[in-house]
Amino acid sequence: MRPLPPVFADWFASRGWSIHPHQQDMLDRAEAPALLLIAPTGGGKTLAGFLPTLAELADGTHTGLHTLYVSPLKALAADIKRNLRTPVEDMDLPIRIEDRTGDTTATQKKRQRADPPHILLTTPESLALLTSYEDAPRMFKGLQRIIVDEIHALAESKRGDQLMLALGRLQKLAPGLRRVGLSATVENPQAIADQLRCHPAPCEILHADPGPDPDIAMLQTEEAPPWAGGGAAYAIPAVLEQVRQHNTTLIFHNTRAQAEIFFHNLWLANTDDLPIGIHHGSLAREQRERVEAAMVRGDLKAIVCTGSLDLGIDWGDVDLVIQIGAPKNVKRLVQRIGRANHRYNAPSKALLVPANRFEVVECVAALEAVKAHDLDGDPKGPGPRDVLCQHILITACAGPFDADDLYTEVTTVGAFAALTRVQFDDCLTFCATGGYALRAYDKWKRLKQTDGLWHLRDPRASRNIRMNIGTIQDTDLVKVRYKGSYRPLGEIEEGFAATLTPGDTFLIGGKIVRYDGLREMTVEVTRDAAKKPKIATFMGTKFATSTQLSARILRMFQQTDYTNLPPHTAQWLDLQRGVSRMPQAGRILVESFPHDGRPHTVFYGFAGRNAMQTLGLLLTQRMEDLNLAPLGFVSTDYATMIWGLEPVTDPEPLLDPAHLRQGFETWLDGNAVMKKTFRYSATIAGLIERNLPQSRKTGRQATFSSDILYDTLVKYDPDHLMLQITREEALRGLVDFGRIEEMLTRTKGRVDHVTRDRVTPLAAPLLLEAGRVTIAGEGRERMLEEETARLMEASGLNQIEVKPSKPQWRVGW
Amino acid sequence: MNGGYSFTLSDRTLTALPSGALWWDAHRLLCVSDLHLCKSERLARRRGLMLPPYETRETLDRLGALIDRLDPAQVICLGDSFDDLDAAAAMDEADTSRLCLMQAGRDWIWIEGNHDPGPMDVGGRHLNELRQDSLIFRHIATPHGSGEISGHYHPKCSPGRGGTRPAFLIDCARVIMPAFGAFTGGLRATHPNLKALMGPNATAVLTGRRAMPMPFAAAC
Repeated sequence: MRPLPPVFADWFASRGWSIHPHQQDMLDRAEAPALLLIAPTGGGKTLAGFLPTLAELADGTHTGLHTLYVSPLKALAADIKRNLRTPVEDMDLPIRIEDRTGDTTATQKKRQRADPPHILLTTPESLALLTSYEDAPRMFKGLQRIIVDEIHALAESKRGDQLMLALGRLQKLAPGLRRVGLSATVENPQAIADQLRCHPAPCEILHADPGPDPDIAMLQTEEAPPWAGGGAAYAIPAVLEQVRQHNTTLIFHNTRAQAEIFFHNLWLANTDDLPIGIHHGSLAREQRERVEAAMVRGDLKAIVCTGSLDLGIDWGDVDLVIQIGAPKNVKRLVQRIGRANHRYNAPSKALLVPANRFEVVECVAALEAVKAHDLDGDPKGPGPRDVLCQHILITACAGPFDADDLYTEVTTVGAFAALTRVQFDDCLTFCATGGYALRAYDKWKRLKQTDGLWHLRDPRASRNIRMNIGTIQDTDLVKVRYKGSYRPLGEIEEGFAATLTPGDTFLIGGKIVRYDGLREMTVEVTRDAAKKPKIATFMGTKFATSTQLSARILRMFQQTDYTNLPPHTAQWLDLQRGVSRMPQAGRILVESFPHDGRPHTVFYGFAGRNAMQTLGLLLTQRMEDLNLAPLGFVSTDYATMIWGLEPVTDPEPLLDPAHLRQGFETWLDGNAVMKKTFRYSATIAGLIERNLPQSRKTGRQATFSSDILYDTLVKYDPDHLMLQITREEALRGLVDFGRIEEMLTRTKGRVDHVTRDRVTPLAAPLLLEAGRVTIAGEGRERMLEEETARLMEASGLNQIEVKPSKPQWRVGW
Repeated sequence: MNGGYSFTLSDRTLTALPSGALWWDAHRLLCVSDLHLCKSERLARRRGLMLPPYETRETLDRLGALIDRLDPAQVICLGDSFDDLDAAAAMDEADTSRLCLMQAGRDWIWIEGNHDPGPMDVGGRHLNELRQDSLIFRHIATPHGSGEISGHYHPKCSPGRGGTRPAFLIDCARVIMPAFGAFTGGLRATHPNLKALMGPNATAVLTGRRAMPMPFAAAC
């Protein structure tokens, strides 16, 4: 055991603390090339990460940068700086600590490059930017340690891939660099260790004491949850009662729109004027910071929030977490629960509130999963090549490079360890010439090779490349502010703004505002006293229920009785069992029944919201081909319901795996979700510029043109790298075809078709579900024609317009 | 069958085609605007962006299909036909010969635009503007023009739902044409520059499967 330096031992003693076992473990293994610490929130995780650094720097002999700390949130970097300063100042250690994020001033940033501090706290994007400068080798030369905080959150996204590529780069500049990852509880620590380590070097995994199991239950309410919807308004009195009984409550929601609506309803019922705030990603930074500050001061009894509070600053006094709506994912639920009670070795307290009847089932399944420590997660695919393309361009910004060296460096990164040289070369070619089958840009290459080394043809291009660093998807948001004021209220999606007409009301930051107009891409609003707003459709993230949780729900359906469910839900499922049958993991249940004079068919695929949506697109297309005239569909995490003019008599051919796969390969190419996927990857890979001046004016214009680029590639260059990447990405995310594959493998073509003369109990909630999709194509064109004709008629313009005499000339089209 | 939208301008009957081209039957005249050929080449040269270099082929495919179908005697390209003069010089050989084939046996007129202000090394006549009968073809609309057919603004329109489309803007004095080129964005018809040019009873004709007229005022 490595003894704590005396000054540290004294400091611990003076505070009446003793070192946690996992902090000692980290100190003992400080020389390891890579370490991953799994610890619950409040376990002194950050100090465990920093102790070896502080010990090594204590004698004041190290010059230059010693430790880099990377976290997913800017706010976290600033918070850690504050927290680290306490021990450093108490012990009078000769250590300089600074942070560097998008908010750091230009002067400060410049100075940091010339004279770096001992400890630099930053984000993945700021680090990627630092590695793009020509002076990176000098800045990082003496770097000893890198600490990646909340690595479980980064590891799930492309931000993590970008960070690990940057680590590969740093390792080359500072071969002695040791890596440390700090993670919350995850289902597969080894997968994260494999991402963190510098292949083939190992990564040891340390587990802190996970602490006591959480105290978690479903909220008991007087009223039963409704059949559909996500508002959970029925639970407001019970939630308010819980808020009253606790010091500080975090009320988590799955989407921003739901958070806004719930907050609004909560205030209408808040007769005691309990101080309750709201916090989500669409609110203006100033507004979020005000809420955070009030929270730190202990001024708030509750905060209605979204994933924006999943990570971040430790709120000391939170003693209850309420999750509104089905948790969708057990791992995230456990991490959210951990936000309550940061005292080590005290159980966190949490309550689940299902928003509708089906979510009752999902909540019970999630509770059982938490008790069984059965966390979920999907294995990550190979390293995304759009991120690699960006990394190649970043490398080129820093100076000429050798392709063999870069390939070797990239394959030390876990996610890219299996990358073939051919795949790497494809990315390099894409960066150099665009990689088109038509060789077009030999004269205007982006990267050129001189004396064996690759470099930017035009060094000025580095400015654009740096401006486009990052992998966070930016939707087209427009700012909202009060008329005549410059203080922003927050942001809404441009698509939503486009549907507003003056006089419409919507919710933002818990206030009802009236839309006045759009001015230079800013939405101007005034306060409105109305009681009921037109609801803001923030996109937010719509999580899909995880594969493991879906499987658990299917297992629950097969129970002989439903005594573990509340009576109202048990009765509903019993009724379904009598009228039809329960869905099973190994079979696809299909139910057909007439409703409202139209044949309806429900496919219980249990593949998660995104995949069920894709399934709806594929099935309706196939039905169109078979002249079943589908009119529309609606999807949830567990089922897709389609209605049309003709009844489905034999669903088996519709679900034929070969047809579905073929539809994915061909027809889906033309679909908006594929185009969105393409746009995201093309922006990361540097094909489209994020900050293109003309695209800033209207985000919509950029959407338009990336769609055209996509169509052009599909038509003229179907094997292009960007299309390969788009198809890979479509296995996950919005399209999520991987989950459809999982469903097909699980059910192997076994279909049970039940036909009834009216809606079945399990299908009933689907009739109330929002988010209906009208079948596009022929229908959309007809809708446009009818709408324009109606407008001509209504205006009377078709009467007064001078028209040529009867024989109209027409183009045979 | 679906088709174009016919209207009169200075007593001449013209047809706005669903593809965004304009047809003058009396002269068998086809007019297209803002082709922006070789746009990707210019973006690569000037900004280091490597967009798919297929837009020239795509635009010529569409134009070729129209010419095959209509067999015009006269073709007017209403300016910004090339993304810049260097781009015209850099055009791919296959595309150049494609263009030559289309030009054979027709009166082909290039009107100068702000992107291509000067003669280019391609066949056809190069004019600043063209008067024919009571109509005038020029790249940018003038405030007091009459019988004026122009392009430049790439107008696009939305009827409120169902999406946005490139559109012709038509009133009793002028026609502003949509861009015909493949990689061209658009300017919303609500833009003040366009509102200032068009009269109160103007019509917007959306392109698509068929030409779809709607009141310009409803798009604003």
